[in-house]
Amino acid sequence: MLGPAHDPALEIPERYFTLENYDGGVARWCPSCGDFAILSAVQKICRDRQVPPEKLAMISGIGCSSRFPHYMHAYGFHGLHGRPLPVACGVKSRRPDLEVWVATGDGDCCSIGAGHWLHAARYNMDLVVMIFDNSVYGLTKKQTSPTTPLGMPTNTHPQGAILPPLNIAETTLGFPNVSFVARSVDWNPAHLYQTLATAAAHRGTSFVHILQRCPTYTPNVFDEWRQNPELTLLLTHERGVPADDVVRRVYKRQAEHDPADLAAARRLASMHEQLAIGLFYRNPEAPRYDLATSVGVGLTREQKLATIERELDRFTI
Amino acid sequence: MARPSPQPAVAAERRRVPLGERIVEIVSDSGEGAQKAGQTFGTVCAKLGNGVWTVEIIPAEIKPPARSPAGASGIRVRFATRPVTNCGEHADLVVAFNEQVLYGRIANGAYRQGTLVLLENRWAEDPQEEVRRSYREAVEQFRAQGLEVLELPLEAACKEITGEARVGKNMFVVGMLCEIFGRDLDKALDEVRAVLGRKGDEVVALNQDLVRRGWAFAAESVPYAWEVPSERGERPIVVMNGNQAIGLGILASGMELVAMYPITPATSVSHYLGRAFPAVGGFLHQAEDEIAAIGFALGASWAGKTACTITSGPGLALKTEFLGFASMAELPLVVIDVQRGGPSTGLPTKVEQGDLLAALFGEPGDTPKVVIAPATIEECFHFVILARRLAEEFRTPVVVLTDANLATGVSTFPRPRLEPQWIAGPVDQSPWPDGLAPFDWDPVSGLSTRPIPGQRGGEYVVTGLAHTRQGKVAYDAESNQEGCEMRSRKLAALGGTLVAPEPHGAAEGEMLVVGWGSTLGAIEEAVDILRAEDRAVASLHLRFLSPFEPGLADIFGRFRRVMTVELNYSDDPASPLANAENRRRAQLAQLLREKTLVDVDCWSAVRGQPFGPGEIAQAVRARLAAPAAARRGAA
Repeated sequence: MLGPAHDPALEIPERYFTLENYDGGVARWCPSCGDFAILSAVQKICRDRQVPPEKLAMISGIGCSSRFPHYMHAYGFHGLHGRPLPVACGVKSRRPDLEVWVATGDGDCCSIGAGHWLHAARYNMDLVVMIFDNSVYGLTKKQTSPTTPLGMPTNTHPQGAILPPLNIAETTLGFPNVSFVARSVDWNPAHLYQTLATAAAHRGTSFVHILQRCPTYTPNVFDEWRQNPELTLLLTHERGVPADDVVRRVYKRQAEHDPADLAAARRLASMHEQLAIGLFYRNPEAPRYDLATSVGVGLTREQKLATIERELDRFTI
Repeated sequence: MARPSPQPAVAAERRRVPLGERIVEIVSDSGEGAQKAGQTFGTVCAKLGNGVWTVEIIPAEIKPPARSPAGASGIRVRFATRPVTNCGEHADLVVAFNEQVLYGRIANGAYRQGTLVLLENRWAEDPQEEVRRSYREAVEQFRAQGLEVLELPLEAACKEITGEARVGKNMFVVGMLCEIFGRDLDKALDEVRAVLGRKGDEVVALNQDLVRRGWAFAAESVPYAWEVPSERGERPIVVMNGNQAIGLGILASGMELVAMYPITPATSVSHYLGRAFPAVGGFLHQAEDEIAAIGFALGASWAGKTACTITSGPGLALKTEFLGFASMAELPLVVIDVQRGGPSTGLPTKVEQGDLLAALFGEPGDTPKVVIAPATIEECFHFVILARRLAEEFRTPVVVLTDANLATGVSTFPRPRLEPQWIAGPVDQSPWPDGLAPFDWDPVSGLSTRPIPGQRGGEYVVTGLAHTRQGKVAYDAESNQEGCEMRSRKLAALGGTLVAPEPHGAAEGEMLVVGWGSTLGAIEEAVDILRAEDRAVASLHLRFLSPFEPGLADIFGRFRRVMTVELNYSDDPASPLANAENRRRAQLAQLLREKTLVDVDCWSAVRGQPFGPGEIAQAVRARLAAPAAARRGAA
């Protein structure tokens, strides 16, 4: 037969996804919550990547940030407090075809779920992990979180937080086998979009630390940096988060940083007076656990039966 | 070194006595290979067509101090002409590498008057006076208690073959036992090759020499010989322990992911799967903790690959929150709990049936789920397959309760005939029907079909929050009431498909003994003993604990008394301050009283050991002798 070979894929009517295809309905965060900016960035990235909604798995824990899956049109798993990472890893383990995103918060990830945070970095499965850091427990009404600034009054520490906050990006950069750590802010949508898009393109676990304002309990916690862009250091590099002119015009202080340089990444992430944003570290060579967990996906019943019979032979006398 | 005086040669006077069954123990310090010896001997018996049950005697420490009563490590092998369903009562013959390890076994009631003890005698000549003295005292005491102690130079005889007699003498013992019980020497030598083949020809040859030496030694030095004839059917036989049966069941269920965290006595399933799972395309995930293990498994289940997590009591406690989530979100999941002694860290290596109520009611709120309990090693295999199918069909977590007795017991059973439908099919990725809700509950059965990620048009969010049929978070009164009703109705729907269990012994009578899990064999054997005494006793064994099999109240109604026998705690009715109202009853008894409104009595113990048939029979006799309580009311 002449002509091109039969290709069943050509029979499927082409689908083009618009932003509406990822819209899960009206989000019920407080008005002016930083989470809206993150939701809108993720929807744009999904559209730009043209990910079919049925192939998207949005996994979250508990907290304001973890309502995220409800506002996406996608498959969602709104799970337990602190446990989105094991669930996301389990999803990816046998369904490498799904694109898995995790929405978690400073309490969910860095307090009750902190053990999984370290191990998820070590597993380095192909996930995007967005850590929404608003420096407070919001859903339970203003308790101290691991990232609450020293001295900030909360309902559990009305005299002010007793301990200095942990730095999410700096801590994550200390984990074994970590392969991607970036930081962005909810008040610069262009940079946030570029950072999450860079994370989505990385094959491995991409941790993105997002400074995100809580309009109710921590509306001014990031004012220092919001009001004075001079205090923000924009990380630039050809292998980093691309920064367009709009972003570069806002953040005039810029540093060329090679994301392969882990020592420099840790130094930049740990700065406080200067808030570094962009890609701290990326190692595309870090071993990925999902490449091991998904071996054997798709074996047929017949193939399995033959192997199980052989296995029974070992026990047969 | 001074050689102990040899025993008189007695072989010429021996007459081989045929018997229906024997119970043999090998006890030693940890690390002397007693368990390997027992498994090897048990396998030889099984290959000759005997029914066999072996159970390990395990100290909690890896290397407890030598020559200590608490450090006893070893194995019991019960073998018989007919199939064996439990570890039995008293050992007939014991091989002991030192006298101290016998104290613990004697205290546990493992031996009877006349039990033959083949005891290593080198301690009689030990350089330390303290050792010589304690050895002499022990032998005297054992003889005074009625044990027949034969002091033998086991290690000295091994030293003729190997300088490493401490580790070599276990195979020497295999040779002795094979001779004493008239087993085929070649079968024993073949088994040594099968067990040690990987270690090379030199090791195999040395150990085969030890078997031959043990054989000759027994013929010269042991004045007894027995045989246990075998009846072999046509169907091929497999031999394995309960944890291996679980592992094979996982392969045959088609589940492709097991996530677990090391915990005794469940861990050996992961050892088996670590080797066998990849060949069927499966993956064993060793998680960072128990919570992560169930979360990982639940993630895979949600994504369409029903998965399994395996644990023991303390791990089950940690998994509680996710179990509740799986029930609420209606996700399939198989949770296997290999029960050990509790509460808390309890008795890690020993048996108990203490997690029944935790499995049923451990979570806050109403969290209906399926709970099943295999009663035999063979059922460990089949119940895993059953669990996956129930989990998917009823969109629910299924807890499978086994225990340390099943986990480490080794037995024979007919080789399963694999069926393709046991194996999970491919993940459904067809488009989701237009307009079908993700929780499209059937109002009668509560059943619904679950959208699986990848199914176009089925996008929805699972949540542990109260939700509507659409999966939307809902805090209104009607939605939560409806959700709870629908999840509960699934259990009634499943219960309606089950058939009433059959009592063992008789359909009516004076007393019905009710059990669950690994106690099946001991209970039924106890009933047989009691019925041979003309007592109107029968037993009933439950495999489904949630929902129950139907018809229990009717069955109970045909007996004057009903009593559970369980390996968990209950107050003795005669304990101080106990009365009918405040007495704390065994776990199944509590459930049965509530479900049937029958005044179900219980007899239970938490000694960390499996029940023998004799002690169950004795407990039943004692209860029958006590005045019968009124069947209903204030009893």
